[in-house]
Formats: sequence, structure tokens, C-alpha cells
Amino acid sequence: MAAANLGSTSDPRPSVEATAEPVVTTLARDLVDVDNGVISREVFMSNEIFDMEMHNLFPRAWLFVGHETQVADPGDYFSSWMGTDPVLLTRDVDGEIYVLLNSCRHRGMKVCRYDEGNTTQFTCPYHAWSYSMDGSLVNVPGDLFGVPHMKAAYNGKLDKPNWGLVRCPKVYNYKGLVFANWDENAEEFLDYAGDFHWWLDNLADAFDGTPGDTEVFHGVLKWRIKSNWKFVSENFLGDTYHGASTHASVEAVGIGPGGRGQRRHGERQDQGGHSMGRTKTSFRNGHGASDNIAYEIPYPEFVEPEMNEYFDNAWEVRKERLDAEGRRLGGRGPATLFPNMSFAAGFPRSILVAHPISATETEVWRWFLADKRAPQYVKEWLRQYYMRYAGPGGMTEQDDMENWDYATQASKGVVAQRYPYNYQQGLGTEQLSELDRAVHSNHAISGEVNARAFYRRWAEFVDNLSWEELTDLARSDDRIEAIIRREDAAAAAAAAANESESVR
Amino acid sequence: MNERDYTKGPDRWFLLQEISDFLFHEANLLDERRYEEWLDLLADDYHYSVPLRMNVEFADADTRGETKVGSEVCWFDEPKSTVELRVLQLATGVHWAEEPVSRVSHLVTNLRIEEVTMPEVKLSSRFLVYRNRVADETDFYVGRRTDVVRRTDDGWQIVKRHLLLDQTVLLAKNLSVFL
Repeated sequence: MAAANLGSTSDPRPSVEATAEPVVTTLARDLVDVDNGVISREVFMSNEIFDMEMHNLFPRAWLFVGHETQVADPGDYFSSWMGTDPVLLTRDVDGEIYVLLNSCRHRGMKVCRYDEGNTTQFTCPYHAWSYSMDGSLVNVPGDLFGVPHMKAAYNGKLDKPNWGLVRCPKVYNYKGLVFANWDENAEEFLDYAGDFHWWLDNLADAFDGTPGDTEVFHGVLKWRIKSNWKFVSENFLGDTYHGASTHASVEAVGIGPGGRGQRRHGERQDQGGHSMGRTKTSFRNGHGASDNIAYEIPYPEFVEPEMNEYFDNAWEVRKERLDAEGRRLGGRGPATLFPNMSFAAGFPRSILVAHPISATETEVWRWFLADKRAPQYVKEWLRQYYMRYAGPGGMTEQDDMENWDYATQASKGVVAQRYPYNYQQGLGTEQLSELDRAVHSNHAISGEVNARAFYRRWAEFVDNLSWEELTDLARSDDRIEAIIRREDAAAAAAAAANESESVR
Repeated sequence: MNERDYTKGPDRWFLLQEISDFLFHEANLLDERRYEEWLDLLADDYHYSVPLRMNVEFADADTRGETKVGSEVCWFDEPKSTVELRVLQLATGVHWAEEPVSRVSHLVTNLRIEEVTMPEVKLSSRFLVYRNRVADETDFYVGRRTDVVRRTDDGWQIVKRHLLLDQTVLLAKNLSVFL
């Protein structure tokens, strides 16, 4: 029997009596015209849409909560967010990971206002209800343990097992990356991720390919922006188009492994272009990456010989290992796992989550990863590089925030909202993919196929389609059939032209 | 010449006046965006650090209230060579975070001499960096600051600047100004 404190949001909104007039006035799907590449600004500005996102998307999507190395020992906890709900990523005394709603069941006080720490008991400051992480004291960790004046207040009859901290029913630890989903009926994480898992593997595996052999540096960058959270997700999802203009200043300076004047991601000067086979990857279920797994470039060339030694060796070991498994070597991103976890799995190697606050405010968090077994000098080199690259102090990311914030400000106006954003890049030029329910852009830099798929999936969630409908819609990828029809028609036209040529 | 006594009296007072004047001049160079002149005031072994702050228990505040410079993630933890890259970026004219340029004022106050080991002096102060950008975008960066300055034949130089920003979540959208 499911405990009463098992959070579930399958039916997130109070039911509304059926009436002759439809109650729902806005449909997210009406605001997203994927076929014509046109998306309404309301998607980013409307409070009503934001409210729908909070009810229908965030409590049903798989969200990144934290990394297991942040809660390495029994009793460790890390304070995080899932949408607008505060949660605790915890490890109980037996070493199991739990995600708990950080709100007392009595009057809602945030039971823990520390960012991280170690405890076996969360005691609410308000009336001192306490919740235990020790399974020998309570049925399930997170359950209510201590209640002041139990006898006088409740005649000793408070049903404690039903008043524990609300426990997230679905938690999945993917190679150290901890994801959670409030909906007990949600599809399983591996189905949700699909073939996008190759990018997660490259994020979580060590540079030499050892599965999950990574850790996060202590310290999560957290900052506020006055922008819609989707600007952030979309930026990493496959917007390679913004780099040349947005990041012109950092690229002119050169802050990457090759030193001053060299490229910031560390590609060698003859790498990184479309000619090398770089195309973007877009999944039917909303995930997207700025590259594809067949796009294989070795690790960068560093100024420091000892760095080259570490990464040359790591690349060799990884190539041997992956070749033996028949695995592709590409897929470093940047990429976004639908809806709000973005990351890059190379240089830098970092995770970003865009926590929504309102339609026009977001709190951005950034974690940095390194190989667990990397020598100290490698970790230190990476730490320095990450800090000068990313986050609000980073020379690359500073310029992103300027764009997201002022795009938001300039889109708020009544007149501005009448005019949709343009997502027409590469319409009808998508390419087939070897991956399941995925297509590629036909270009490394241009192509907004990833964003179109993201917003299509977004609308399906935001309109609160059932899991059955969501699963059905994503069971096949209609873009693949469209590409085949297009290619068949082109082949037929070419054949006809050939024939008329030979008749003449 | 007599050995000076910096622990008290006029020598300490004159030293504080001299260094105050130097630090206010340095702040002024930043506010006026005279970055090349400003870089000349940084010693070659200059180090700039701003750790992250965290919400921890009272008993842990001194030991776990901030990330560790030298090994953990900080807002900044870098040598002069990285600061020079930031100056180059500001001068490109396409560093959009500071284009159009912000209006910035560096306020340095509560300045005290903590330790004198000539030619170096360790100082404690409070900082308030005010930024106004475009129209209504206004940020306050406030906190504690520790500097180490060094007396050279060419005048004073800054050797170390360590700042404790009084925010756990940065409420400004970025840190594209020098604190």
C-alpha cells in the first residue's frame, strides 16, 4: 500500500465540473506552430502559461536534483529545488538516497534552511515536529518521528506514518546523476531519456570512459536572472547559432586549453566545423544536443605537457574501450535534457539547471565535474578553467545573461507580444539519424530543429495530456517519415529528370 | 634612521593614510575604466579570490560557511594573468554584459591595518560596489574584504585581494565588474 506521504501529482488540478463552455482558455499547443516555425511570445511571458507549466510540466517531468557525491555519507543532505518546490536530497543511515519535500507537514515551515550538511533528523523550528532519516526509528526515512506533547495534543493518536515529509515517489540515480519525478505514473527514467542517454554517459563517465567515475567539485554556483527559464534550456539545447555574436569577445581573447588566442572549447583550429560531420541531434521527446555521437573530435591540445599526457592517455583508453563495445565516440553537447537540465560533457564539463521562479525570473545553478581519479594538477587546471569560463563570473556566460534578460524585457510589451519568435531555421532540411526517434540538423551552426521539438513536447506536457497520450505521441517520430517522403520525392524528381534527359 | 613602530602612534596613522589614499585611487581607476593603469597597480603575483558563501549552522559558520580558495568552486579564484584576460575582454567592444558600459562605484570603508610585515601590509575593510546598467538594472555587491599591499620602489602594489560577498545566491545576473 502506498504511504500517504508519497507525493503524486497525476491529477494536479482540482477537477472542474463539466459545463457547456470550455473552462480552459489557453492551449499551449495553439501558441507553438512547429510546422511553420513560429512560436508565440506568450510562451515566455504569460503568467497563465507559467502557472500551467508549474502544474502540468514540472511535477511530471524528470528533474535533476543533485549529484550523489554531494551526499556521499549516511546522513548527508543537499538542499535543492524541483520547479518551485524546495526539496532535500538525502542519504539515510543505510546509504539509500531519498528526495523529500522540504516543508513541514504541520504548518509548512522549511524544515531545513541549510544548503548542505549531515543529520539523521530534520527538526522543524516552528513547532518542533521532527523527521528521521534512521530507518530503525521510523517505517521509511523521512517519516515523522517526534511530536511535542504527543499525548496532550493528539491524545497519542496522531497517525505519524501518514504525516512524514512528502517523499518523491520516483528517484533515479544514473551513474551518480540523481533525477526525480513527482508523478508515480510517469514513464521510467531510462524510457524518458531514450537514446539521449549517450550524452548523459559522456557527462557521467570519466574522460577515459570508466562508467560513472566522476564527482562534482564542492560549491554550486547559484544566481538569479530576470528571464524565462526556457531561454536557458534552449540556449544549450542546440543553439550553436548564438556563439559567433554572443561570445565574440571571449573568443577574441581566448581562454581555452590552448591558451590565449586559442578556441574556448579547446577544439584545434582545423576542427569543429560542419565539414567534420557536426550536426545537431533532436529527439521527439524534447531532448536535444548541439552535436551528434558520430561527431568525434579528440580531447584538446593543452599548453601544459602534463595535461596533454593525461588527456591523450584518457582518449586512447576511452577509444579502445568504446570501440570494443561498438560505441560511438562523440556526443559532448552542449545539450539539454527536457525540460531544464543542461550540460556540457567535455570542455567545460558542467551541469546547469534553470529553476523557474516566475515567467520572467529564474534561478540558475551550475555544478562542475571532474574525474574522481584525476591527479590534483588536472583537477586544479579544470577548476580554474571552469571558473573563468562559466557562471556569472565566467567570461563566456556573462554575455548570455545579458541576452536572456533583455530579450525578456523587450518581449513583455503588449505590442511586442503580438509578434511571435522565428524558429524557421532549417525547416524541411532535417536529416535521418541512427538514433531512436531522433533527427539531425543539416548544419553545425544553423538549424532550429532542436528547439522546435523541445517546444512541441513542452506544449504536450503543459496542456496536461495524460501519460498515455504523451507516450503515444512520442512512440514514433513523424519527422522521420517526412524526411523519407522528401528524399523519395527528390529521388523521383531526379529520376524523371534523368529520363527526360536520355529521351532527348 | 630609526626603526618605525607601526603598532601604534603616528607611524601607524601615516601608514594608514598613505595606503587609504592608494586604495581610493585604485578604486577610482576601476570606476573610470582606466584598466591598463589599474593593472599596473597589481603585483605580478597578484591573486584575486571570492569564495561562495553557504547557509550553515552557527557552530560551522567559521569553518564551512564559504568554499575553500585553492580547491573548491568560487566566484573568482585566479592569478593576474586571468584578470588580464578579463580586461582584454572588456576592451573588445563586443562584451555585451558591459556594452553599453555600466556605471560603477567602488566604496571602500572600515579600513584597518591588520598586520605589518614590511614591505607588506595586510588590511581589512568593507566593500560596496554599486552598478547601474542601461536604465533600472541596479546591483549592490557588499561584503568583507582583505587586501595585502606591498611597498615597492614604484609605489604601492596590491598582492592579494580576498572578498567575502554577503550573498549565497548571487542576486545580480552576473559578475562582469571587478569587485
